[in-house]
Amino acid sequence: MTRHLRVDEPIHDSPLDQMAQGVLGQPLNRLEGPLKVSGRATYAAESRPRGMAYGVLVQAAIPAGKVLGIEDAPGAIAVIQDKRMIRYAAQGLAEEGPKAGPEEVEYMGQAIALVVADSLEAARHAAQNLKIRYDVQDVPVDPTAVVPELPPKKQSSTGDLDKAMQQAPFSVDAVWHTPTHAAAAMEPHAAIAEWDGDSVTIRAGLQMLSSNRKQMADALGIRPKKLRLLAPYVGGGFGSKLGINAEAVAAAIAARELGRPVQVVMTRQQVFDLAHRRSETRQRIRLACDHEGRLTGIGHEALVSNLPGSDFSEPVTQATPFTYAAAHRQIVHAVARIHRSCAGSVRAPGEAVGVTVFECALDELAEAADIDPVALRLRNIPTVEPDTERPFSSHKLAEALHEGAERFNWSERRPPRQRVEGEWFIGMGMATAVRVNQLVEARAKVTLGPDGRAIVETDMTDIGTGTYTILGQIAAEALGLPQERVEVRLGDTDFPPATGSGGSFGAASSGTSVYLACEEVRQQIAKAMGCEAVDLTLQNGLARAGNVEKPLSDVIQSPLVGEGYVEPGKTEKSVRQATWGSHWAEVAVNRWTGEVRVRRMLGLFSCGRILNEKTARSQCLGGMVFGMGIALTEALEHDPRDGHAVTRDLGEYHIPCHADVPHLEVHFVPERDPYVGPLQAKGIGELSICGSGAAILNAIHNACGIRVRDLPATPDKIIAALDP
Amino acid sequence: MDITLDLNGTSHRLDVDPRTTLLDALRHDLGLTGTKKGCDHGQCGACTVLMDGRRINSCLTLACMAEGKEITTIEGIGTPDQLSPLQQQFLDHDGFQCGYCTPGQICSATAMLEEIAAGWPSHASGSLEGPFDLSHAEIAERMSGNLCRCAAYSNIVAAIRQAAKADALHKDAA
Repeated sequence: MTRHLRVDEPIHDSPLDQMAQGVLGQPLNRLEGPLKVSGRATYAAESRPRGMAYGVLVQAAIPAGKVLGIEDAPGAIAVIQDKRMIRYAAQGLAEEGPKAGPEEVEYMGQAIALVVADSLEAARHAAQNLKIRYDVQDVPVDPTAVVPELPPKKQSSTGDLDKAMQQAPFSVDAVWHTPTHAAAAMEPHAAIAEWDGDSVTIRAGLQMLSSNRKQMADALGIRPKKLRLLAPYVGGGFGSKLGINAEAVAAAIAARELGRPVQVVMTRQQVFDLAHRRSETRQRIRLACDHEGRLTGIGHEALVSNLPGSDFSEPVTQATPFTYAAAHRQIVHAVARIHRSCAGSVRAPGEAVGVTVFECALDELAEAADIDPVALRLRNIPTVEPDTERPFSSHKLAEALHEGAERFNWSERRPPRQRVEGEWFIGMGMATAVRVNQLVEARAKVTLGPDGRAIVETDMTDIGTGTYTILGQIAAEALGLPQERVEVRLGDTDFPPATGSGGSFGAASSGTSVYLACEEVRQQIAKAMGCEAVDLTLQNGLARAGNVEKPLSDVIQSPLVGEGYVEPGKTEKSVRQATWGSHWAEVAVNRWTGEVRVRRMLGLFSCGRILNEKTARSQCLGGMVFGMGIALTEALEHDPRDGHAVTRDLGEYHIPCHADVPHLEVHFVPERDPYVGPLQAKGIGELSICGSGAAILNAIHNACGIRVRDLPATPDKIIAALDP
Repeated sequence: MDITLDLNGTSHRLDVDPRTTLLDALRHDLGLTGTKKGCDHGQCGACTVLMDGRRINSCLTLACMAEGKEITTIEGIGTPDQLSPLQQQFLDHDGFQCGYCTPGQICSATAMLEEIAAGWPSHASGSLEGPFDLSHAEIAERMSGNLCRCAAYSNIVAAIRQAAKADALHKDAA
């Protein structure tokens, strides 16, 4: 039986709090951890079906045009150019395959063919020596050189911002630039496809199997039930594996054509070209406030880019309308249609760059108005969502600001250039963290055996997020079992569909479906015990009701199966759901070299119920460091002539490394959010990026007096502005 | 070409393409996929293995160059049921998330601690002569060849320091 919940009403009293196992929320080690630390967890390219051939993707060397012909290569079994091969990855949650047809090129680096050989060495050599003839087309590649689209639904205006700016005693009006960012997950995109008759099994690095299955079936022209996707372990996603990509489609086509399994692994450079990039942004922020620091005007104008016809555009201003209140507001969202690689979701699309820039602007306003940056934020927290006047589901920004200031010793902050240690300027900065929250559809199945062991099954993925562990903890809590007696099986489309990992909705959504499946099983146990489910206590494999206590093995004769299905309901619209927090950073800026060293960072986050304190903390560490990359090092540079990504490897696209990262401190603000269902838990994986870079950039200003508005704040930009 | 690899204490005969890297020989020919390919260019450290006890990028080493050397991969360091002390510390400190860079981090850290014990200085060391303080900065500097996009860095350094501390106590007691 399926237990269904549509979240239409808040659930203030969570039944999970009545349960006795006491395992939920505990900082337990990861269930799959022993496999990962011993190298036994198997990722996408890590099975070896008999007779497997190796495929290497061939990329277009022109910015746009037509492929006229490809000369066959010696050493290859086949050079595959199939009209079903896709031009770019599917966007997250797309129901269909992305645009296909590799003979037309839309950006430099697009996949146009697959070379297959018996070994990787032979395939790689053949792919590098193909002779390809093109018809080259002249196309725009610079977002500032075209007239952008202004999608009407993405513009909004309240009051008269121009007037508010003129009349305000203090204001900021400036432009920031953020470059293209890459997800750069450590596991390159990879797939192994194997056909059995007219059915295919594809093992791949994917974040969202249920929609990936629809995309892949559509791309290949087969029915979804003829396709099984496997992604038991995913070596990082950060958005780059939300939708199917070229390697998996090509592997399936080649395997079919050659009648043998085919493995295709992208090179690191191909990952930079073919995985969705986070669009570069140009952001103009206008802020106006009165003498007390009350905001009277907020303007946020964003210019982003994508390929012509691509639906996705980086939602830069997503959090701006509800983060702070002001009577006069304006949002502008412009999209330049250019031929750089496809833009899509990279961890915290929108807020990662939108909140970062906005929080830098707010720091400039605080300076202009001579108000402490923390006080400025506290003064402008709205009581309801501006414009819609909807209540917030829960709102802990003020707590996060107060507690953060205290823990970080914010009161020790001095004016710019006042703290000097040798050749280093020392400064402190802070920023608000905010990210929208969402619940999505999810299903799961739970089986409890007479031996007192439970199995959780869902096609949800664990991309490093801790999903195996938290789903196990939820089931262990609800069924009264020690954690080691719960087995969690993920990443297989044979299991009930969850929406997947993305948008920070995975844990709360699939967690709720697991909880509901357990409720169903509890109902069956209660029936066997002759009691109501509310009167049943399950703990350490014992079932208790009234004065009766029995081991589960005495209660259950055959396995009990429950299914859970959650979907968002009225609370999605009736309240504004978001997660909140605060970022704090102390940096040292070298007065001669412009080098920035992050000396300490602290983050406070409120994300509803914390399901596992250890894995939740790790998610926050990861986000804070992602933000450090945005502030200091990361830029995927495009060649102005043809738009191709120049810094397309890990030697040139600088993600933070060990030596960049000091010991980081993470704390959670206690919170439960009743509007997201019985779990009362919200998203966690993205909040910690949103604003983290701003705390660092604001600290740079506090250290040496320099505002870097063209991110990242590399030494060349700082040294150019330094007056030692 | 025929080569013989001395791998995790066992000898393996292989017929490989001369262009085969040690990394691809491990993953494709021997099915030892614990060693990861992250960049194939020596930029990320995910493919780190030990060659005669020293950490190397197996993607920058041809398989035929590894003949006559003792190779240790993550599979030779511990098993899920019998983790090495360092692997256990990674687990306890949550020194990983997606787990893809993890075998490389652990192989690298295993050799790195030996380098410190042997008195090799680093950029972060206060002097050229050991012994060296196992500070956060010292460990982080020495581990910077191993990238982690999940950014478990704080936890990795804590895991390594704890493992080194426990090892030192163990040695003192012995």
